[in-house]
Amino acid sequence: MFCCFFKARTPLEQEIFNLLHKNKQPVADPLLTPVEKASLQAMSLEEAKMRRAELQRARALQSYYEAKARREKKIKSKKYHKVVKKGKAKKALKEFEQLRKVNPAAALEELEKIEKARMMERMSLKHQNSGKWAKSKAIMAKYDLEARQAMQEQLAKNKELTQKLQVASESEEEEGGTEEKVEELLVPDVVNEVQMNADGPNPWMLRSCTSDTKEAATQEDPEQLPEPEAHEVSESEGEDRPVAEEEILLREFEERRSLRKRSELSQDAEPAGSQETKDSSSQEVLSELRVLSQKLKENDQSRKQKASSEGTIPQVQREEPATEEEEPLLLQRPERVQTLEELEELGKEECFQNKELSRPVLEGQQSERTPNNRPDAPKKKKKEQMIDLQNLLTTQSPSVKSLAVPTIEELEDEEERNQRQMIKEAFAGDDVIRDFLKEKREAVEASKPKDRTWTPWLRVVGGPKAQFLIKAPEGPPRKDKNLPNVIINEKRNIHTAAHQVRVLPYPFTHHWQFERTIQTPIGSTWNTQRAFQKLTTPKVVTKPGHIINPIKAEDVGYRSSSRSDLSVIQRNPKRITTRHKKQLKKSSVD
Amino acid sequence: MGEMETAPKPGRDVPPKKDKLQTKRKKPRRYWEEETVPTTDGASPGPPCNKKNRELRPQRPKNAHILKKSRISKKPQVPKKPREWKNPESQRSLSGAQDPFPGPAPVPVEVVQKFCRIDKSRKLPRSKAKTRSRLEVAEAEEEETSIKAARSELLLAEEPGFLEGEDGEDTAKICQADIVEAVDIASAAKHFDLNLRQFGPYRLNYSRTGRHLAFGGRRGHVAALDWVTKKLMCEINVMEAVRDIRFLHSEALLAVAQNRWLHIYDNQGIELHCIRRCDRVTRLEFLPFHFLLATASETGFLTYLDVSVGKIVAALNVRAGRLDVMSQNPYNAVIHLGHSNGTVSLWSPAMKEPLAKILCHRGGVRAVAVDSTGTYMATSGLDHQLKIFDLRGTYQPLSTRTLPHGAGHLAFSQRGLLVAGMGDVVNIWAGQGKASPPSLEQPYLTHRLSGPVHGLQFCPFEDVLGVGHSGGVTSMLVPGAGEPNFDGLESNPYRSRKQRQEWEVKALLEKVPAELICLDPRALAEVDVISLEQGKKERIERLGYDPEAKAPFQPKPKQKGRSSTASLVKRKRKVMDEEHRDKVRQSLQQQQQQQKEAKAKSTGARPSALDRFVR
Repeated sequence: MFCCFFKARTPLEQEIFNLLHKNKQPVADPLLTPVEKASLQAMSLEEAKMRRAELQRARALQSYYEAKARREKKIKSKKYHKVVKKGKAKKALKEFEQLRKVNPAAALEELEKIEKARMMERMSLKHQNSGKWAKSKAIMAKYDLEARQAMQEQLAKNKELTQKLQVASESEEEEGGTEEKVEELLVPDVVNEVQMNADGPNPWMLRSCTSDTKEAATQEDPEQLPEPEAHEVSESEGEDRPVAEEEILLREFEERRSLRKRSELSQDAEPAGSQETKDSSSQEVLSELRVLSQKLKENDQSRKQKASSEGTIPQVQREEPATEEEEPLLLQRPERVQTLEELEELGKEECFQNKELSRPVLEGQQSERTPNNRPDAPKKKKKEQMIDLQNLLTTQSPSVKSLAVPTIEELEDEEERNQRQMIKEAFAGDDVIRDFLKEKREAVEASKPKDRTWTPWLRVVGGPKAQFLIKAPEGPPRKDKNLPNVIINEKRNIHTAAHQVRVLPYPFTHHWQFERTIQTPIGSTWNTQRAFQKLTTPKVVTKPGHIINPIKAEDVGYRSSSRSDLSVIQRNPKRITTRHKKQLKKSSVD
Repeated sequence: MGEMETAPKPGRDVPPKKDKLQTKRKKPRRYWEEETVPTTDGASPGPPCNKKNRELRPQRPKNAHILKKSRISKKPQVPKKPREWKNPESQRSLSGAQDPFPGPAPVPVEVVQKFCRIDKSRKLPRSKAKTRSRLEVAEAEEEETSIKAARSELLLAEEPGFLEGEDGEDTAKICQADIVEAVDIASAAKHFDLNLRQFGPYRLNYSRTGRHLAFGGRRGHVAALDWVTKKLMCEINVMEAVRDIRFLHSEALLAVAQNRWLHIYDNQGIELHCIRRCDRVTRLEFLPFHFLLATASETGFLTYLDVSVGKIVAALNVRAGRLDVMSQNPYNAVIHLGHSNGTVSLWSPAMKEPLAKILCHRGGVRAVAVDSTGTYMATSGLDHQLKIFDLRGTYQPLSTRTLPHGAGHLAFSQRGLLVAGMGDVVNIWAGQGKASPPSLEQPYLTHRLSGPVHGLQFCPFEDVLGVGHSGGVTSMLVPGAGEPNFDGLESNPYRSRKQRQEWEVKALLEKVPAELICLDPRALAEVDVISLEQGKKERIERLGYDPEAKAPFQPKPKQKGRSSTASLVKRKRKVMDEEHRDKVRQSLQQQQQQQKEAKAKSTGARPSALDRFVR
């Protein structure tokens, strides 16, 4: 009421009124603003109530959903999540199919999204068995089937996720195929080998190893390359510079390299490899895998080559990329081991080859001396066994100075000698060493346990003929492994074994324990008479003509306890007492 | 007995208190001893009587021992143990003098070591207390017996002969005449020459005792004699080429490889057997402990004939052409055959294939010899080289020399001297120490014969080398060749006929089965591991479980609610995990070791800077 009569007098009041008017604030009737009035007119009370309820419900639902999601997220069951994810993926696929029918443009976008996801997957380290979990599993994998399976699953998943979609071109598909193959090859090896080097991936150690493998590669090469080209050498010299830069960093590397320079190796493998190492840091995992696959293939090829005959020039050309690409692989841990294993195999093969080649080598001792680009230095390492044997038989031994030189003027003897000389000349051609090595190789092969194959007699009609290979277990190393001039028969001597002990007697748990107790002979041939008698005294000595009474405690050296005495006394007190008396008497007399 | 009872009277002075203490530890009484003191049997035997018995005992066996010793004093191996005084006090009281060296005499450790046979280098797995006690007993026994054996070394009184040049003088320049002049008459009589030019080059063989010598000329002359007394046992002409001759286990039997078949004669020269299954035999070798006569034939067969039962134990096809180089390893009775392709193969009747094959020479092998310890093998080949190989697993040549014309015959003496016959000259090399191979630097002795050498053998237990050549047989003196101490029960050069018969029976009883011949003669002291494992596996299969497996961990029940199922499971889990971890740790360690080894290997094989000079 007061305001009705209120009039603005001062300029301040006037200004305030102005403002109020402008904003349509009620000046006279202060209950409701015109906006409020309008809103009141727009919605009824019931309507408003309904709206509020709706809002409340929505909020509740949202909270429920949130709670559910949270709860689901908290669920630890992997299986559950797997199922959920699978369901989601299925659903998405269905939707995508539908979308492709309905709206191709949108589908294409979706496809791009999937592709992008694939790329992300490839870029990330997920599912590469490189995480903490995977490493721990890798250690356990040898003992735990589940762990192995888990690792394999993860790799399979990686494969699945990084698989290119079918829209891609055919050539890419092929590559994908190779990659798959690679992984198939890889899986079991990775599982077994990550733990092999449990001392951690020490890059320096790896480096040395890789260089070793490189050496091996170079060793492998000369066998396959019939004539190393001269331009190759010049190329390698051109490429020396980048290597030198790296050498500053890696002294060890340098040493080996200089060594190799001195030994006039063909350097083709090494510089290329060093370049590759630089690239390798930026290279993707997949590409490496691809390279590996190529390499594996080519190794197989090279093996075949070896088996068949010397490589021809196109094969050589093929060989070179393989050696070049070897390097980046070798920096990876699992692959490294694999290559080492291969190396060993190669080494073995090479040994055999050497043995086969021993004949030319033998005669070609001089040919090796001739200035030839042929890199025989690396060969030497593998060939050491051979050379040893050579040395063994061909070294010039100092001749004995004898005072009495045998006279060979006797006719008969001279004849004999001539004959012998003739024989020697006649048999000069055939080489004793080669024959022996051949014989040894055959013996080794024969003694090796053989792989067995079996074909199941049940098979699908028209299906492929299934055959299983049962690998024979690797036996212990041969005794003559490091003795080139000896063949020791590894066969079991069953006649001797028939005389040996074949059951461990009671308290022994290991045959070494028992062997210790029977190593000392007890016969009189090996012992002095007294020792023999002592060793062979029977445990129980009896004397004929004497009654063996039941044993008593006193006989063994124990005094009978008072209690037993008491019992005896109780049984027949009279006799005992008399006896006691007697004894007492005796002792008193004594 | 009555006498003895009175003997230990001073013992009665011992106060009864001490006696009581001792009765607890006293030896068990024999049941037959009760009758000696019938008056005192009962619940509480009087202490003096019991003590009497106890005190008697050390005396009784001692007496017996001395008696026995006197009975078998011929055997040098009998220990001459210094008297062990059980209680020196009583001794002092008897004679009044005190022993300045109480207790048993000390024994040098190296000598004891020689008789120890338990291989202690092998680390045993952890064993139970019961097993450990057994092992301890075995080790104690070994120690005791080896100490006894070491003590008895004292009885090997003879010392080997030797030849030493005056300062700077080469012993090889000393000729037989000088030696004969220097030695005593008995020894000088051991040097002789038999001029038998008529019947061609001779092969010869000494009997195991070294007393008898048999030789056979290529033109059929066979003779056996007691070479010390020069008493001829028999002399015949078999009217056929004689390729080799060998005594069997005793000097009464003689095997002669003739042109067609193998014949066996007795010491009268009467032919006992003609073994037609051994035809065209070139070399003979007799394995004394197995009673096997090994024959190598032109047809390439190695035949083992058991002379105790007259059966052929094994006929092995060597597949290496004509065999004419053979020798035996006295250590393990393995036969070494030399072949024309430069290899030496090692044979046992138990195996159809050679036990080992060693490539020794570039040309064919002309002669092989193995020393008496089975450690070294000497070979000579057509490449004019003489090599000494180590037979202890490595089979690598230890020393090599080129001889001007190569050696056609080789032989080792008992003490490790090596003789090589080259044309009409024999060279003898000696080693530096006892167990060292002969050093081929300087010959120890040389001797020229009247014809090319055809057979060589050192006489056992004598410093004598017998050489058969085209001009007859020569017995030359080689100081330090023979073992000076012989085992009188084993090979006694002075044994009588009765003793020989006795020995023959004993040796036959101790005959070693032929199938026990293998590279390691101590294989009998080993367990057949393969059969053992197989048996174990089969047992597990049969039972359906492993009876020796460790029982799975069962947590102990606990009280106050700590034995809930969850906690039980937890405890189980803990143990399981721990075991698992151990396993993993072990395998990791193994792998690391393997890697290290591989690395070491690779570093070992790495070419050195000097390798470029190797062409």
